[in-house]
Amino acid sequence: MVERENSLLRDMPRLLVLSLLGLLLLMPYIWMVAASLKPADEIFRASLSLIPERLAIAENYGRVFELVPVGRYLLNGVIVCGGILAFQLIFAIPAGYALAKLNFRGRELAFGAVMLGLLVPPHVPALPLYAGFSQLGLLDTYTALIAPSTISVFAIFLFRQFFKSLPDDLIHAARLDGMSEMAIVWRVVLPNAWPAATAFAIFSVVAHWNDLFWPLIVVNTPEHATPALGVLFFRTTEGDDDFGALMAAAVVMTAPLVIAFLLAQRRFVEGIATTGLKG
Amino acid sequence: MTESVTGIVVENATRNFAGQQVLKGVSLAVAAGEFVALVGPSGCGKSTLMRLIAGIDRPDSGRILINGRDVTTLRPAARDVAMVFQSYALYPHLTVAENIAVPLAMRRMSAAQRLPLLGRFWPGSQARRRGIREEVGSAALALGLGSLLDRRPAQLSGGQRQRVALARAIVRHPAAFLMDEPLSNLDAALRVHTRREIVEIHRRAGAATLYVTHDQAEALTMADRVAVMQAGQILQVASPRAIYADPDDLRVATFIGSPRINTLPAEIDGHGLARVAGFPTGVRLCGAERVTGAATLALRPEDLFLADGGIPATAEGLEFLGESLLLHARHVGTGTALVLRLPPELVPDLPPGSRVTLGFDPGRALLFDAQGRRLRDTAVVPEPSLV
Amino acid sequence: MSDAAILSAPARRRGASGEAITAWALGLPAVLAYLVLLLLPTLAAILLAFTDYELGAPAFAWIGLGNFTELLGDRGFAQALRNTIFYVAVVTPGSILGALAIALLIEAGTRGRTLFRAVFFLPVVSLTVAMASAWQYLLHPSIGPLNAVLRQVGIAGPAWLSSSDTVMWSLAAIGIWENLGFNLVLFLAGLTAIPRELYAAAEVDGAPSAWERFRLVTWPMLGPTTLFVLTITMIRSVRVFDTVKVLTQGGPNKASEVLLHAMYLEGFTYFRLGYSAAITLVFLAIVLALMWLQTRVLDKRVHYG
Repeated sequence: MVERENSLLRDMPRLLVLSLLGLLLLMPYIWMVAASLKPADEIFRASLSLIPERLAIAENYGRVFELVPVGRYLLNGVIVCGGILAFQLIFAIPAGYALAKLNFRGRELAFGAVMLGLLVPPHVPALPLYAGFSQLGLLDTYTALIAPSTISVFAIFLFRQFFKSLPDDLIHAARLDGMSEMAIVWRVVLPNAWPAATAFAIFSVVAHWNDLFWPLIVVNTPEHATPALGVLFFRTTEGDDDFGALMAAAVVMTAPLVIAFLLAQRRFVEGIATTGLKG
Repeated sequence: MTESVTGIVVENATRNFAGQQVLKGVSLAVAAGEFVALVGPSGCGKSTLMRLIAGIDRPDSGRILINGRDVTTLRPAARDVAMVFQSYALYPHLTVAENIAVPLAMRRMSAAQRLPLLGRFWPGSQARRRGIREEVGSAALALGLGSLLDRRPAQLSGGQRQRVALARAIVRHPAAFLMDEPLSNLDAALRVHTRREIVEIHRRAGAATLYVTHDQAEALTMADRVAVMQAGQILQVASPRAIYADPDDLRVATFIGSPRINTLPAEIDGHGLARVAGFPTGVRLCGAERVTGAATLALRPEDLFLADGGIPATAEGLEFLGESLLLHARHVGTGTALVLRLPPELVPDLPPGSRVTLGFDPGRALLFDAQGRRLRDTAVVPEPSLV
Repeated sequence: MSDAAILSAPARRRGASGEAITAWALGLPAVLAYLVLLLLPTLAAILLAFTDYELGAPAFAWIGLGNFTELLGDRGFAQALRNTIFYVAVVTPGSILGALAIALLIEAGTRGRTLFRAVFFLPVVSLTVAMASAWQYLLHPSIGPLNAVLRQVGIAGPAWLSSSDTVMWSLAAIGIWENLGFNLVLFLAGLTAIPRELYAAAEVDGAPSAWERFRLVTWPMLGPTTLFVLTITMIRSVRVFDTVKVLTQGGPNKASEVLLHAMYLEGFTYFRLGYSAAITLVFLAIVLALMWLQTRVLDKRVHYG
């Protein structure tokens, strides 16, 4: 462990191995993009050339936008993820603060309930929730998409841990300064919750943007379909054969999150690594 | 150049990090059985030097010898050095006994013999294991760890962990001991107590010991010789007394001693007389070192006293320390802040702002040239004509 | 200090009840949502498993363990359970060992750390359904690039996703690909948390090779991380659903049926909610068992306290 910069030459084998592995891992992306640019006959020839002989961008991407309401799906994704995140934060931040810093009867019980909730995967309550939404006539609505995810015990747990690490003296000082408990939450705790909130936001958006299980259950029209469901719908309307257009659809639906990731790479990695308990 | 063949010798070591020269050609020798403390402010390069000697890092140029053998390019394991780390660096998953045994097991047993379960059935493994167990036992005993052998580091107090780190270092009787601020994570009382123990362990082991610290009290109390390091250079290596009373360099004088030595801007005239703010000080430069112009006159706080008709100063505050008392004052002529260490019973009540006059024995004043080099060839002017 | 404590004692009590009111007020939305959207549905799912409830049916009856005895005889369910176990058993070691090896490689130098981390992490943020489609193209028996490459070297590639011999292996390979980056990031965080001084100590103590230093320092120090990664990967892979739904629908002939997909089919396609709930309970039991294993059994062996 001589801690000095290895010469580039000595570092070469390591870089080479990593590059090869990285390339292998990127194969699905590379071929996805390549196929989305190729005309159908070229794809069917199964040539190993990545570069299309004739660019078919307009055909493939045009078909996607013509056949399915891409904008609608992306907008639905934003509405659903945004709605879920907003409610999760509204519910979890005050609750996390109460569990971390306030003394009240039943705190242990409440925290126990949170821990219990952490044990239950979201697939378990899905059946009764589905039956309930069906009874209320709420299937195929934003409500049905958003409501079940609004309570995140994981978020409560995360914020509780985060607030526990805030010094008690900060709260005491605020009380001595004459702030009410609500003012403390609003003016002292919230501004300090940002790091945890960003980390959780990234985790939550990635999870719900990519979720297929629940949207598949409660939505059956394109009107409320999320991007994940949109790809599935596209497959059923288009059949499995038009790979050029299917890959184009895949590129379009994957792009927003991947671009966001590439722009804020560090935040994403840290956000998901620090909140990685569930996923 | 190596007259001391045994022990640690560093010759002209340099080390750069990202274009920054952290070590600027450092030479240092620690004889077998000698305890040298390397002291300096943080970031001066003392830890880097220690890592070079341990082999955790390599110098860009220069040589390192241990017991006369050039080890500059050897792995740490091949150097016959042991090191105590600031954080102790104990293996948290191993018990105390296993931690102490690691250096022995790594050296004496083959990889196959060290295998977790199968290793014990390897030929020769049992006898070696027994030997190691005995040596671990005696090292642990020497440090009073006998009852803790089965504990894990997390179950020990800071002081106990520190002893385990020491035991792991002494267990294989290395040619050189390196200690990197080993006491800095202990509380004050334990630190003073452990100083004595480390010196005791050093005496018994008889190896060359290099002890890195930023705490001058540790350096002065423990070491045979003290090396003062600053900005990648060793300024002086000398006995604790000499470092304190007879520094070579103004930087050494100001770094060692607390409160800091008083420094007064001085002027050396054509006759070699040192003057402060135009007034003679009773110190005269003679002999070959004919320097004129700007200089610095330095006086330890205990070498100044209240005297009638001396240096005029304004009292600024008193600090009572028990056995002595610190008087903070400001020299009227130059505005320099001064500190005096005085016997409490001799100090009258001095409200801030009161005028005092200070005297000193010119024989104890230290004179430095404009570059901070010590001017040793001084004499006291017969008639002390103070300022 | 003590005076202040005595003086403020009554004030404190008043403050304490005020604190309790605030606490409940702050927690109320979360408590309501928890009850309505999580606790009650979960309890209902458990109860449902002991009924023959079907969506739209006028009435239902308690049938005790009826659903579970039916599960025992259900060959499709047995297949789903076997496949899920197979999937977990391949994806877990595959994605953990792969991630560990790559993490060590990345950590071994300073060049390209951020770049490689980003590359390997990409599948985590990619839309699974879309990437499954990309895999479908890649693995397509006639037009897929993988078989095209195999043809070049004279091998007739199988129909990866539609042959019952290869379908689970293909799904597991995609699973490893999906989970690798996530585990990698956790391992990288674990590696950076190891104190540098321990490596220095291992060197001074005479650990002769990189492998010895790995055994003496890296592996034991990574223990808690590895345990966490192990549990989380198992739980994530027990939940396999998206790729199965998109690529195989459990086929051919239930050769790639997995627990959650079976539960989905029974519950939301055939509307046999009671029976589906029984499968859900089996799924829940597996997840809980894995978590129990982590906290009770393994945790003691990797935390050195």
